[in-house]
Amino acid sequence: MKRTVLGMAAAATLALAMGGGLAQAQTPKKGGTLNFSVVAEPPNYDCHGSTTFALIHPIAPHYSLLVKFDGKDYPKVVPDLAESWSVAPDGMSYTFKLRRGVKFHDGSPLAAEDIKASYDRIISPPQGVVSIRKAYYSDLEVSAPDPATVIFKLKNPMAGVLEALASPYNCIYSAAKLKQNPRYPETEIMGSGPFTFVEHVKGTSWSGKRFDDYYDKGKPYLDGYKAFFVKSNGVVPGIIGGQFDAEFRGRNPQEKAQLLDKMKDNLSVFEGTWVNNLMIVFNTTRKPFDDVRVRQALSMAIDRWGGSEALSKISILKFVGGVMRPGYAMSLPEAELVKMPGYAKDINKSREAAKKLLEQAGVKDLKFKLLNRNVAEPYTPAAIYAVDQWRRVGVTVEHEQLETKLYQDRVAAGDFDVAIEFQADFMDDPTAQFSKFLTKKLSPAGYSGHTDTKIDDMYEKQRRTIDVAERTKIVREMERYSLTQAYNVPLLWWQRIIVINKKIHGWYMTPSHYLWQDLSTVWLDPQ
Amino acid sequence: MATIATTAAVDTLPKRPNALWQFIKAQPFGMAGLVIILVYVVFAFGAAWISPYNPEEIDFTAMLSQPSAVHWFGTDQYGRDVFSRIVYGSRTALAVGILSAVIGCTVGALIGAASGYFSGRIDTAIQRVVDIMLSFPIIVLAMVVVAVLGKRTAFGVDFNLIAAIALPIVPRMARVSRASTLSIVAMPFIDAARAAGFGHSRIILRHIVPNIVAPYLIMVSASMAQAILLEASLSFLGLGVTEPTPAWGLMLSGTSADFYQTAPWMILFPGVAITFAVFAFNLFGDSLRDWLDPKLKS
Amino acid sequence: MFWYLLRRLILVIPTLVGVAIAVFFLIRVMPGDVVVVKLRADGAAVSEETIEAERKRLGLDKPLYQQFADYMVGLTRLDLGKSLWTGESVGKEIALRAPVSFQIAIMAGLIAILIAIPLGTLSALYRDSWIDHTVRVVAVSGLAIPSFWLGMLIILALLSLFNWLPKIGYVPLWEDPITNLSVTIWPAASVGYRYAAVATRMMRSSLLEVMREDYIRTAKAKGVWTRLIMRRHALRNALLPVVTVIGLEFAFLIGGLVVTEQVFNINGIGKLFVDATARGDFNLIQGLVLFIATCFILINLAVDLLYGWLDPRIRLN
Repeated sequence: MKRTVLGMAAAATLALAMGGGLAQAQTPKKGGTLNFSVVAEPPNYDCHGSTTFALIHPIAPHYSLLVKFDGKDYPKVVPDLAESWSVAPDGMSYTFKLRRGVKFHDGSPLAAEDIKASYDRIISPPQGVVSIRKAYYSDLEVSAPDPATVIFKLKNPMAGVLEALASPYNCIYSAAKLKQNPRYPETEIMGSGPFTFVEHVKGTSWSGKRFDDYYDKGKPYLDGYKAFFVKSNGVVPGIIGGQFDAEFRGRNPQEKAQLLDKMKDNLSVFEGTWVNNLMIVFNTTRKPFDDVRVRQALSMAIDRWGGSEALSKISILKFVGGVMRPGYAMSLPEAELVKMPGYAKDINKSREAAKKLLEQAGVKDLKFKLLNRNVAEPYTPAAIYAVDQWRRVGVTVEHEQLETKLYQDRVAAGDFDVAIEFQADFMDDPTAQFSKFLTKKLSPAGYSGHTDTKIDDMYEKQRRTIDVAERTKIVREMERYSLTQAYNVPLLWWQRIIVINKKIHGWYMTPSHYLWQDLSTVWLDPQ
Repeated sequence: MATIATTAAVDTLPKRPNALWQFIKAQPFGMAGLVIILVYVVFAFGAAWISPYNPEEIDFTAMLSQPSAVHWFGTDQYGRDVFSRIVYGSRTALAVGILSAVIGCTVGALIGAASGYFSGRIDTAIQRVVDIMLSFPIIVLAMVVVAVLGKRTAFGVDFNLIAAIALPIVPRMARVSRASTLSIVAMPFIDAARAAGFGHSRIILRHIVPNIVAPYLIMVSASMAQAILLEASLSFLGLGVTEPTPAWGLMLSGTSADFYQTAPWMILFPGVAITFAVFAFNLFGDSLRDWLDPKLKS
Repeated sequence: MFWYLLRRLILVIPTLVGVAIAVFFLIRVMPGDVVVVKLRADGAAVSEETIEAERKRLGLDKPLYQQFADYMVGLTRLDLGKSLWTGESVGKEIALRAPVSFQIAIMAGLIAILIAIPLGTLSALYRDSWIDHTVRVVAVSGLAIPSFWLGMLIILALLSLFNWLPKIGYVPLWEDPITNLSVTIWPAASVGYRYAAVATRMMRSSLLEVMREDYIRTAKAKGVWTRLIMRRHALRNALLPVVTVIGLEFAFLIGGLVVTEQVFNINGIGKLFVDATARGDFNLIQGLVLFIATCFILINLAVDLLYGWLDPRIRLN
């Protein structure tokens, strides 16, 4: 297999097609309960304040969104509660026409005021409510002129409005209930999604059952679902043992091999790119990481192309890409990527150049500490690999793995030399993907602590550029500049491997494990 | 100067030269344990010469290979030689095991002796603290300490880890040493010594300490076994040594378990290494106790 | 007897209070912040003010002495507070997971007793024979084999030999005994092996000691059957140290559970503790440590009482 981005993406798409294609030919059967596993448990039930799949997987089926990403055709945005929409010619307002006759699980009707109340909560959360992504929506203003219309006005031009609104975390809550208690969603489930809430047995499981008054008549096909909370190493035994039939975040290659070994004829396998990566962050407030030559050299020392092949066999690290996911329209094409420091294909040449750069910068026998999270997959393999690669250019690295909370503390306080960070979001949009590359002024996650406002400026500009071609130009320049300055350097992008029981149909894989999880189109075929 | 009668326990302590030879003759199992320990010690000091490979060197062309002439114990998922990692792993195991046991037992012995000797309110206060410490399960205490202290390495050894493992040992040794001390303190010659004007330190050194040596040695060897096991457990949980440093418990953790069936040697050999080490220290400790315990000698 | 029991129970309280205080301060010294983990762990770019707001909501911004006072007052009402991670009461979180861990612990104890008494006896009776040597080796290996590794080997054996893995998920014993046992027997065996080993060794050595006692020799001299001796005198007195050891070794059992529950994916106290420590969930850690310490103290108390009941010399005192 050729080690090109295109080659890998093509192979991935093929696998996707083979897996996803199975569903198309047959007609959905009604009935049955979907059992699946989730490897983490949500601390509370409020979508607006959550950042974890642990909430999305069990809870998304209970709520509707205004619009959502199409599971079959990512990244297209398709209607959910909104039936249709129109954009003003100047792009400064979006008008959504809502469906009629939508009901909440408690029987009350859903109207524009519920959408407005939910989005008001997201954009300007009341006291005590956490709205984690409110920065994405700071330019929006919501109004509900009549019960079937919602209008979003922009205070400033904003790119990717629809994608931002399609966030899986923008659950629509009941305005009436929010008025009584703005924090009700943290402990209570009451939505308009395809499934109603049955029970949450803490530490064990979550159940939902079909909502008979769901607006999309005929759906959902399932009678209900049950999510089992297990540790990651319990997924394979659980699927083999038949307690559950799927896991929707992603497994590593060994687990896929174990499952195929035991149950080959009963599985569907989906493989593809994932909007998740690991990156290396240099603390530019510490010497010698304030020197761009050192940063570039350390990036050049790592054989991404060669490592990707081997690492993809033993971990979920796989695809070589820049700041944005390989395969995304606005990412740098491969021909350009290989010109960036760290992405050349001839690793020996790169290593020689790296050694020279280190000499030029006056660093001999560089020693530093690599800070990392204490998570086995794929943080540990990434660190082991990076340490090994740096040893080959004469750099000695001590690996420090800390419990997540200790790690967070250190990295936020700037108390580290070099750290392994990650990027994960529900969309490829550069507004989301570049958040860690900015200065601390603009983003609290700007851990590298650099003060280069050029990236900030380009970031703000692309946010406001609506014309796609224009925007792509700015974004690509931003990416080139970021990779050259190397305050942060992406390491490898993850591969998403989903293995589910063959009897599950109507589930589609997207590059994000946060999407298409409301289970409205899923059906079971026991054969 | 009047000679103070020494205790019976001191008499039973063997004189230096014949000790080892007598021990070898009397306690073959203990000898076997000692031999195994020595093998590990040789591994630890001679790791650089004994290991055929650098334990951290990645070689993807050899990943997951079976034990063979080239890789005696096979390789792991990064192509690292398992045998070399086991050999280097003995450094961590012995360093942490021996240091924690010695530090823990020494501190514990001193605390226990002070408690028993000074009695009264000091004794009660110390006993309260010891009781509280004993109420924490060993691994719970170690985990909390590790979480609190984080990691601090010097000379390639994590001192906070050693402190975390030594801590649960302290109260247990304190109990034992207090009991031994109390049995001596009750004896009349101690009062005689105090009356004769001998200072605390002299009395402690000449009478209390010799009586604690036997239980101390026994506890140290038992604690070493326990410390090695605790270090393996902590590394397994991700709280001890971290990658890419070779450590037996670490080799069993993380995603290594996923390779159960494709590469079982990855989990077999580290477990065997731990088992033999703990086994050896236990055997040696048992024999030491059998040999030093005057009751069983008859 | 009742007053003795009550007195012993009351004496336990100062120790528990000491444990509570120690835990509170030990944990507050820990760096890291549960709020940061909760909000930032999945990589969201969360602002400082959001974190401050959440911290305030959880009561973490109050001065330390205030938090301590709240904690101690709560304890008197047997209220362990709320988990900082889920908001659920700590008592409930523990109550959810305690049954399965208890069951495994009890099963391990039963395994220990069922193995230790016959094997230890045989080993002592046929001292220095091949039976004795075999039992001794098996027992020492039980001390040496890490319980989590034993668990991994068990899983490897189940997979390779029987192509079968235990189910995930706990059903109470009375609901579905077969499933329950098929899940709990393996971690119980992993942890129980060590337990059995320690108890066997203790059984053997205390039986040997008792057999050496004079009154046993006299009984032998009178020509009484060995078996009769075993039942009437030796066995009973030999049980005393065994009972003590089983109680004392409970500390190891908890440690074994912490790692073994990881290997077998058991949703028990051990796993809860590991998760709570990783998240810095102060209240849950405090509650768990207190709970475990209390169990430990109560078990020691029970052992003492059992000891007193078994040993007529102590009972008469």
